[in-house]
Amino acid sequence: MSDFVAVFLALLLALLVALIVQSRGASIFAALGEVKFVERNGLVISAYMVTAVSVWVVFMIVLPMLYMVDFSFRHNLPPSEVGGPEDVHTLKNYAYLLLGRKGDEELLNWLHLGVFVRTVLASIFVTLLDLAICYPIAYYMAQVAKGGRARLLVLCLILPFWVNEILRAFAFRILFGTSGVINSVLIGAGLLEEPIDFIRADVALYAGLSYAYILMMVFSLYNAIESLDHNQIEAARDLGSPWWRIHWRVVMPHAKPGIASGCTMVFMLAAGALAAPQILGGPSSLWFTQVIYDWFNQGANWPQGAAYAFVLLVSCIAFVLAVMRTFKVRLGEIAR
Amino acid sequence: MTSDRVRRLMVGFYILLFFGFLFGPLLLMGAAAFNDVSYPQVLPWQGFTVQWFAKLVNDNQMMQGITNSLWIGLGVVALSVPIGLAGALVMSQIGRRGATIYYTIVISPVLTPGVVLGISTLVFWDRLGTSVGAGYDTLFYDGFFLTVVGQSSFISAYCMLVFLARLQRFDRGLEEAALDLGASQVQVFWKILIPYLRPAILAAAVLAFLSSFENYNTTLFTILSENTLTIVLAGKVRMGTQPDLSALAVVIMAITLIGASAHEILKRREAAREKAALAEARGEAGRLAPARLATVPAG
Repeated sequence: MSDFVAVFLALLLALLVALIVQSRGASIFAALGEVKFVERNGLVISAYMVTAVSVWVVFMIVLPMLYMVDFSFRHNLPPSEVGGPEDVHTLKNYAYLLLGRKGDEELLNWLHLGVFVRTVLASIFVTLLDLAICYPIAYYMAQVAKGGRARLLVLCLILPFWVNEILRAFAFRILFGTSGVINSVLIGAGLLEEPIDFIRADVALYAGLSYAYILMMVFSLYNAIESLDHNQIEAARDLGSPWWRIHWRVVMPHAKPGIASGCTMVFMLAAGALAAPQILGGPSSLWFTQVIYDWFNQGANWPQGAAYAFVLLVSCIAFVLAVMRTFKVRLGEIAR
Repeated sequence: MTSDRVRRLMVGFYILLFFGFLFGPLLLMGAAAFNDVSYPQVLPWQGFTVQWFAKLVNDNQMMQGITNSLWIGLGVVALSVPIGLAGALVMSQIGRRGATIYYTIVISPVLTPGVVLGISTLVFWDRLGTSVGAGYDTLFYDGFFLTVVGQSSFISAYCMLVFLARLQRFDRGLEEAALDLGASQVQVFWKILIPYLRPAILAAAVLAFLSSFENYNTTLFTILSENTLTIVLAGKVRMGTQPDLSALAVVIMAITLIGASAHEILKRREAAREKAALAEARGEAGRLAPARLATVPAG
């Protein structure tokens, strides 16, 4: 615990030192007034800006993340022993994800590793599916549809996504459940004898996840394709290029940042999804976030859960970096 | 000519299919709310009923969840709109090299999975609470406080993006003119910047509230023993057997759709007004010149 206090004292000290250095030889206010930032905004407004931004960056972004990472390298101790001699750093939470409990028959922790790999692969699948579904619509909205019609399409796209994600998942339950709409229709039409368990087969989950994050993909693609000058498409067409080559050589290269940003957004949202897997996931299949939640909820092993969460975060970052490198785009172009 | 028609037909069909996929599930869920069966389903249709709505109003847990969600939403608005504004102002003034680092840091919560944000907030305040020896009835273990803080970490970034978009078109000349005429910086802030940003503030507030209201992943970890609407809802949906759920879905959909439409219309009107102002300014410049000429001899 002492190092946590140290972090805090260091922070306070740094602030104090900064103030003292600036106030040397004159009063603090006069010195501050000479700082360009303060000169431009005035003392009151600069104070507001600096305070708000530092509270945000320090107490809501950086420190929580550092604490979580630190916490994930610790033993699961009762509050009374925190800060005691037992409270040392350890790798065992990460070792557990990889190797499982000591003395297990299996060498690796296949249960959790399997869930992790499945989550990543399924998220990639959902991402590609969304890309395939959304590209034609985004292209149509951005280049083909005109004026009021395009605006109406955009509005129609946005509206369903203001509906709560839990309710959206619930809607898919009504659709795909054993007594759901699809089964009822198929049985009613005489195409099926027995209802198909779409939920056990994870069809409902993949459909629900693809549905949930379509908007991210459509708008990333839309924004990118819309900025393409339509004359370029006309030119390619006049020069005799077939439609697929126009897309492959003209539209898609132009839309690369949009494709990259859509893919990273959808992947991260899908990999980090919790509500949809909880509601639509089959009884035998887990999502990695569900494992994390169980460590906090039923497992009551927070450091273990923090370690798993950190693994999730790192793999998401790795995915973003990989996409950025493959598509040669910068972060500013992705997070807009 | 015919191939063109076929292609157009196919495109139309695809669009129809796409929007069917978007709205179909929601419409069916809405229909289930009026079906007189004790399980949420559309088929077989057993007749029209509104009894599930009545049942909903008497559900105390649900009503408590809604109240909590409203308060948390207001808290998030109160925290993340000022932070987002400050964040955008700093971003617009920071140097080029610093801007990249700064932007990466403040935008990172948007790209971080919500689960991770919830956990980091929970762990941070918990450790902080233990290290200062705070009791369980203090702020460090208060579900409302943790949820507001946890949600604001990324909602502030949303707000910042809204403000940045509007600040891009801000004429710094206005500020300089006011300062030259003797206004203090605080006056410039309140009389020029804030009025200019008013539509953005409204949009950011609506966005912040709605994002907070429907957040689940972060809230699940930070809310502790309290309840919000989404938490209650998720619990009920996982059981998934009561038709009053679809009734609730209809109510929430109606509310969010009205809210979202208002948000969109506000945004549109704002854009239209700006365009009109621009056109008018242009037109006026053209019209004024001859008008003035005409008045000069008369004066």
